[in-house]
Order: sequence, then C-alpha cells, then structure tokens
Amino acid sequence: MVAQNFRHALFCALITLIIAWPIMGLKLTAVGTEITVVGASAFTWIAVALAAVIVFLFQLFRDKVMVGLGAVTILDRLADREPLPDEKRLRLENIGLVLLIAVALIWPFFVSRGAVDLATLVLIYIMLALGLNVVVGLAGLLDLGYVAFYAVGAYTFALLSNYWGASFWMALPIGALLAALFGLVLGFPVLRLRGDYLAIVTLGFGEIIRILLNNWTSVTGGPNGIGGIPDPTLFGMEFGRRVKEEGNTSFHETFGIAYSSEHKVIFLYLIALVLAIFTAFVIRRLMRMPVGRSWEALREDEIAARSLGLSRTGVKLSAFTIGAFFAGFAGTVFASKQGFISPESFVFLESAIILAIVVLGGMGSQLGVILAAIAVTILPELAREFSEYRMLIFGAAMVLMMVWRPQGLLPMRRRHIKLKAGG
Amino acid sequence: MQDLLYFCQQLINGLTIGSTYALIAIGYTMVYGIIGMINFAHGEIYMIGAYTALIAITGLATLGIAWLPLVLLVALICAVIVSSSMGWAVERVAYRPVRGRHRLIPLISAIGMSIFLQNYVHLSQGSRNIGFPALIDGGFQLGGDESFQLSISWIQITIFVTTFICMSALSVFISRSRIGRACRAVSQDLGMANLLGIDTNRIISATFVIGAALAAVAGLLLGMYYGSVDPLFGFIAGLKAFTAAVLGGIGSIPGAMLGGLILGIAEAMTSGYLSGEYKDVISFSLLILILLFKPTGLLGKPEVEKI
Repeated sequence: MVAQNFRHALFCALITLIIAWPIMGLKLTAVGTEITVVGASAFTWIAVALAAVIVFLFQLFRDKVMVGLGAVTILDRLADREPLPDEKRLRLENIGLVLLIAVALIWPFFVSRGAVDLATLVLIYIMLALGLNVVVGLAGLLDLGYVAFYAVGAYTFALLSNYWGASFWMALPIGALLAALFGLVLGFPVLRLRGDYLAIVTLGFGEIIRILLNNWTSVTGGPNGIGGIPDPTLFGMEFGRRVKEEGNTSFHETFGIAYSSEHKVIFLYLIALVLAIFTAFVIRRLMRMPVGRSWEALREDEIAARSLGLSRTGVKLSAFTIGAFFAGFAGTVFASKQGFISPESFVFLESAIILAIVVLGGMGSQLGVILAAIAVTILPELAREFSEYRMLIFGAAMVLMMVWRPQGLLPMRRRHIKLKAGG
Repeated sequence: MQDLLYFCQQLINGLTIGSTYALIAIGYTMVYGIIGMINFAHGEIYMIGAYTALIAITGLATLGIAWLPLVLLVALICAVIVSSSMGWAVERVAYRPVRGRHRLIPLISAIGMSIFLQNYVHLSQGSRNIGFPALIDGGFQLGGDESFQLSISWIQITIFVTTFICMSALSVFISRSRIGRACRAVSQDLGMANLLGIDTNRIISATFVIGAALAAVAGLLLGMYYGSVDPLFGFIAGLKAFTAAVLGGIGSIPGAMLGGLILGIAEAMTSGYLSGEYKDVISFSLLILILLFKPTGLLGKPEVEKI
C-alpha cells in the first residue's frame, strides 16, 4: 500500500512538472520578426519545483490530509443551525434591511466619485447575477449565453436613443421587455433539450448575437460600437452642465446649487440601487409563489414534477424569460453608465463571470449571490496587482466549489419542520 | 469550368479544416460516450498542444537543428506528451471528484477548468498571438488558366495524411487492443464493466489521454496551417469540434470523423460563397439546428431515458 502510494505520488509529481515546466518555464518572445525561447526567472523555476513537491507530499499523505479537510465544517454549522422563530426572524430581517438600505442611500455622498462608479457596477452585476440565479440556481437550466440578453438590453437603449432619441426611462422597460421577448423566442424551441445540450445551445446563441453585433455594421456600428448614449434624467432635469435637449432643465439650476459632475454619478448609482432592490424583491416574491416552487420542483426531479401536472415548457420558459428580463434591465443601466457600448463588453467571458458569481454564492441563495457579486467585483479593484490573476482564480474557484461545495458558500436554506423524535 | 475549380478549391480547404476538427472531436465524443459529460476544457488542451509544439520548434531552432522531419517529430512528441499529461491531470483534478453527481456540476467544473487553462497560458506566455513558423511551405497548382488555378499546398497534404494515419491507428486501437475493447465495454455499461473486473477509472483516464493526444496533433497541424497561436485559439476550435461531434452523433467515433468533414466543408463553402465573417454563425446555427431536430446526430444511437 505504501509502495503503491509512493509510486502514485511520484507519478503525479512528474505530471505536474510536465504540465507546468514547458508552458511556464519557457517563454516565447518575439524579437523583431524572429521568435526565441527565453527561460523564465529563477522564481518561476522554484515555484514549479515547489508545486511538484507539494503535489508529491499531498498524494503521499492523501488520506490523512483529506480527513483533516473534512473537519472544516464551520460553514455547514452556520447553514444548518436551527432557524429563528418566525416573528423574531421577520423583525430582525426588517431592521437589517432598513439599515442596509439607509446606509446604501447615504454613503455615496461621502466617498469619492470612483467608489460610487464602482458601486454602480457592483449593482449591475447584482442584477445580472440575481437574474441568472433564477435560471441556473432555481430552475436548474445552465444558460451560458446569458450575456446575449444583457447585450439586447444595452443595444436596445443605444439604438433607440440614436435613431429615435429615446430617453433612459423610455428605453428601460422597452429594453427589458425586448430582452424577455428574446428569452421567450429562444427558450421556446431549446428548452426541451437536456441540461448540457441546453448549455451549449445557449452558448452558441450568445456567440451568434455577438458576431451579428460585430458584423452588422450599418446598424450597430460593428466593432466601433455606439457612443453618445444619454444619461438618465430626473423628471426632465438633466445632469450635464448645459441642457442638451429642448424643453429640459438642468438639475443644478433648478435647485440653485453649484454644478458638480458627481451629481450624475450618484444619481445613476441611486437608479441602479433602486432597480437592484426591485429585482431582488420581485424575485424573492416569485420564489415563494407557485411558479417559483415549480422551478425548484422541476429542477429537483423533472419526471416527478411532470407527473404531478406541471407543464415543463411553461415552467422553464417562465424562468428563462424572467432571467432575460432582468438582464435587459441591467443592460440598459450599463449602457447609460458607460455612455458607449461595443460587442467587446458582451463576450462569453462575461457570461462566465456572472455564472461564477452565482456558483460561488450558492445556487438559489439570494443573499449568497449578492455577497458573491460584491466580492467578485470589488476584490480585483482592491488588489490591483492581483487583477490579472482574476480569471485564473475564478476558474480555479469554480472547479474547487464544484468539487468541495457544489451548493455554494452560503447555500439556500429552506424552512422545514422536523418531526419530534418519539412524538 | 472556372466555377467547378472554385468549388473544388473550397472543397479542399474545407476537407483540410474539417479533418483537424475531426481529430479534436474524437476527444469530445469518446469522453461523452463513456461518462456522458462535455469536456469543455478540451479546446484548451488542443491550444496547449499548439503552444508546446511551437515552444519545441523554436527551441530546436535556437539549438540550430533544422532537419525538418526531426523538428516535426520532436514537436509532435512534445505536444502529445504535455497535452496528454494535461488531459490526465484535468480529469483527475476536476472531473473525477464530481463524477456521478448532477449533470450540471461536472459541466460547471469543466467551464472553470477551461477558464483556468486559458489564463494559465495567457499569464505565462502573454496574450498576444505569436507567429507559428511555416515549416512546410509551397504547394502546387492544378488546371485552370490565368484567372483561377486550383492550388493545393504541402501543408494541406500533410494535414490529410497525418489525420488519416491517426484515425486509422485509433480505429485499429479501439477495435483490436485490450484497452480499446475495455473502452467499448465501459461506454456500453460502466457499472457492468466494473463488475467484470475492468478498472474503469483507468479506462476513463485512458480516454482522456487519447483524446488529448489527438488534440495535440491537431494543435501542431492547425498551428502550422493558420500560422499563429494565441491563448483564446482553443475556445472557438473546441466549440467547432464539439459541433462536429454532435453532428456526427456524440459517442460515435466514425460519427466524429464524418461530422468534422461535413462541418469543415460547410464552413469553407460559407467563406467561399458568402462571407468569411459569417462562417462561425453558420457552424453555431448548424449546432443549434442539429440539437433541436436530430440530437442523436447522423450516426448516433438514440438514447432511451429510463425512469
């Protein structure tokens, strides 16, 4: 047994060397038109050797290490603890929510413009992740082309404002509804496919949308994108220094305060905040309605759910459409925040990031998803030197989560009643 | 006459690309046939094969070795070794622990692995595309007149021949060898094969290694054909190869070969007669249409769902 373990460990260490050494240790460098191979720094060599040693030791003492890892159950205990009594829980939740919203409303007035801008981006990701959570987490449909609906929302606003001069408030519902329509039309034929085929089809759909946006130059501007997307207005008051459109007034003149470019950023943040709260609220309600219950029922056991009379297509389609609707919402806000959009923003990687947020947060759990969206967006900004490792870490985290904790860091908790023993 | 020649030219281009798609598609179809999961990271393994081949070729050039057959052989062997090890390690790290869980869990794990590998190469080799030396250049012209000639390059012939050799070797391996027989047994019924004393874990590892080795061959060939590599180069190729596997009937090895060729021809015809920009749209639409209307593909067996 020991000899076998040793051989296996040695083999694993060798494999580690083979997959790490050529790619990491020998860097291809272009010198003029010639390419040469340059050995990497001593640090990389040491790192590769160290990795091989670690793999060797891990494989050698695999059984002991795994037992040690199994003992880390703090998160489980947190998740499995007895739920609070209903009244107390409701009161606590209400107080917590009010406090949280109050803080979220006030803090942008005291921090820098960059921080508020980042917070808006976080809120957009929260909307996206909550929407995808309905599709992936609740209904169990893996959608790898979610970013397509986000693009539909963003491009709807951009095109409407460019061709018909639509304002943000007009485009917001139209963009969201159009995205939902896309979800409906795409969902109708594909939803009878099995899980992994569905994933690939949605991925193909997302790529098709992006390629079309990229090549339909006469309408979408192709890779150059669309610029000059207007900022949102507050009851016809604009936030620019000068009023752009006839009949509008400007915010700072109406209230007689000095012009500041921060007003616009904060206003956009507040809109995103309201929309994110709206998203969370609507989805929370839907989860408790029959339609939400049937999403989960279908996810858990399709055959059982269908024999109880649930329409498979109807239930899946509703999840898909609602998910797409909120992606359209987020897309409109995104277009307004950037003022410029191009197909670059809607690549597969974006879908993967949103999926990573949902997976890390715990599929189905709203609180988990919101916390994960905040963490995933803010951490790379805080640790700038790590930001290029961001996707590497996401990828590794997705694998690790699936292996160790597929239910996510903060899994969804369902209220349940236990029978008393011996009762 | 001119039209016919143009058509033949597209056909040859399509067959070239298609045969490499078929090589990559084998990896998808074998893995799917045995454990029923989409190995999303397969495209990245192919990309790593191309990078390793390039590193080997450049390394040999720096050492002053320029005898073509030796350079190609060394590059091929290096690419196959590194890619196979990668395939083995990926299965071990990301797929084996989640095997048998809900369908989506291995798939998400595979997507994570794909992102990880893309960035692994991106961080260690840079994100810019790097030129791949054209080791085999030149070709010959056939027929036609001044305005259009049918041209076939030596690299295209190399691709045909290599693919043909690999496919024949694989067919013989699957039908004659002990491991090949075990592979077929495992893909028919994993549990039963296990009961009959086949080490299924080993066989599953073997399919990943075989798939990765073929992908590495494709990486070297396509690297030379396209003339450059970059870390994102595996993603689209992987999707195309997956389309080919689905088109031929996922789980079926002859299906993957047929699917690859058909897809390659369809793409070449689109670029030849419509526009090169829409060739990806054509293959993705093809993928969606097949999955919707004939999910078993051309040569696949229908799957019976048991309750």
